[in-house]
Amino acid sequence: MSPVPRYLLSVHGPAERTESGTYPAQDAMLQAFADTDAFNERLQRDGHFVFAGGLEPATTATTVDGQGDKPAFTDGPYLDTRECLGGFWVIEAADLDVALALAAEGSKACRGTVEVRPFRTEKSVRVPLKP
Amino acid sequence: MTGPTVEQAITRSHHEEWARVVADLARRFGDLDVAEEATAEAFAAAAERWPREGVPPNPGGWLTTTASRKAIDWLRRESQRDAKHQAARIVYDDTPAEPTGPVEDDRLRLIFTCCHPALAMEARVALTLRLLGGLTVPEIARAFLVQETTMARRITRAKAKIKAAHIPYRVPSAGDIRERLTGVLGVVYLIFNEGYLAGEGDDPVRVDLTDQAIHLGRLLRTLLPDDGEVAGLLALMLLTDARRPARVSPTGELVTLDEQDRGTWDRTLIAEGNALVRERIEAVAAGGDPPGRYQLQAAINAVHTQAPSARDTNWSAIVALYGQLVLLDPSPIVRLNRAVAIAEVDGPGPGLAEIDPLAEALDGYHAFHAARADLLRRLGRGGESRAAYDRAIGLAGNPAERAYLNRRRDQLAG
Repeated sequence: MSPVPRYLLSVHGPAERTESGTYPAQDAMLQAFADTDAFNERLQRDGHFVFAGGLEPATTATTVDGQGDKPAFTDGPYLDTRECLGGFWVIEAADLDVALALAAEGSKACRGTVEVRPFRTEKSVRVPLKP
Repeated sequence: MTGPTVEQAITRSHHEEWARVVADLARRFGDLDVAEEATAEAFAAAAERWPREGVPPNPGGWLTTTASRKAIDWLRRESQRDAKHQAARIVYDDTPAEPTGPVEDDRLRLIFTCCHPALAMEARVALTLRLLGGLTVPEIARAFLVQETTMARRITRAKAKIKAAHIPYRVPSAGDIRERLTGVLGVVYLIFNEGYLAGEGDDPVRVDLTDQAIHLGRLLRTLLPDDGEVAGLLALMLLTDARRPARVSPTGELVTLDEQDRGTWDRTLIAEGNALVRERIEAVAAGGDPPGRYQLQAAINAVHTQAPSARDTNWSAIVALYGQLVLLDPSPIVRLNRAVAIAEVDGPGPGLAEIDPLAEALDGYHAFHAARADLLRRLGRGGESRAAYDRAIGLAGNPAERAYLNRRRDQLAG
């Protein structure tokens, strides 16, 4: 039996945040949080949930390059863009149809556009290694 | 008795069996690449062996068996290179296709996978033509006027996404099938239109694409015989294609419906299309689902093909059908077509009054300016008509259409 596929559902939004975050107003933010909590509970109940979290603004990020002799630290995100990653879920779903349906629910709950990407598997990593 | 030649038998098998073999292997081996490669190899083997050994009594069975062997050979070679050489065997499923009716036909699974909404439209079209239509990559590249390497990459990337993202190989659930089928029909109709009204290139009609689209339409009709829109799309394509012999003049100019030699229309295709339209009218009258956009468009084409001349066409019926279509699809293009029909019933003035509000939405569409030019001409507004023809000619990509528009413009008095 092959393992259940995993997907990253990432939510992108404006990098600039106001007091109500990326939401038009405070009460909209609170409602989105409540809806997202409810969605997370549903993911857990139905066995899809692996991990999820919302992120602090991109201005709090530090970019690290450890490939040289000494690690180099840079203040700020890796890509300086107007829209950036605001939060994500890692889910398990039988196939892409299930993942897309869940992403649509998540998108509605958190009021954001969601990108769905499959995780690499042992099997898919092997393919490019073939001579 | 002289049977078909070996070459004919191979062509016929390719037409009838390609999709079935790919679909069967895709299910049993769980891999579209393996299915496609092995099927192509099996047909290559047939081309080599059938002339020497004779056509087997059951060509489809021969091809499936040969393709399965090729696939097993391929997986065995792969697994020998692979430390975990059991992996390939575990995914191999030798159960025959479940005989639970046409909805479980593997070809239907293949159609829904190739036309999955998570794939870009151009990828859906390319995959459908390759895996279901059996067109080669160079053939598809030529049809869409792109480099072979570009088309090969497009298909490879789509197959890689299907595998990596776990796009399922199955017919969608009852709740989703209507919407997903609409997407499938959209792919087939796009292929047809790409062939029938080629936007670019030197051929006014690309028969390889229209034939493929009708082939796919027939396949869908076999698999989903009770679906109204499946019947509607097939009827629409048949009734449109029936007029192909009259559509381009010997000098390579587009001939519009009113000037076509109706005697050259293909009566067999018209009869088949009309029978489908009648079947749908009866089904709707008996309380079936109301007609969708393809059934309405097929009905419009049935009215045209039943008329002995453009003048004797039942234009009121066409206006009424477009009226229904506008309710389903209020897009500017549908409204443009309705306006052209209104001009036939009420005259060019009322037609133009319907067309002019669409100017902003359709300013970049050659057919809008061509329709407007024709109505202005009929109203005796030569100068405006000429300007509209100029716009239409500048926007039209199809050479036959440009030739037609040039002639109409040059016929304007003054």
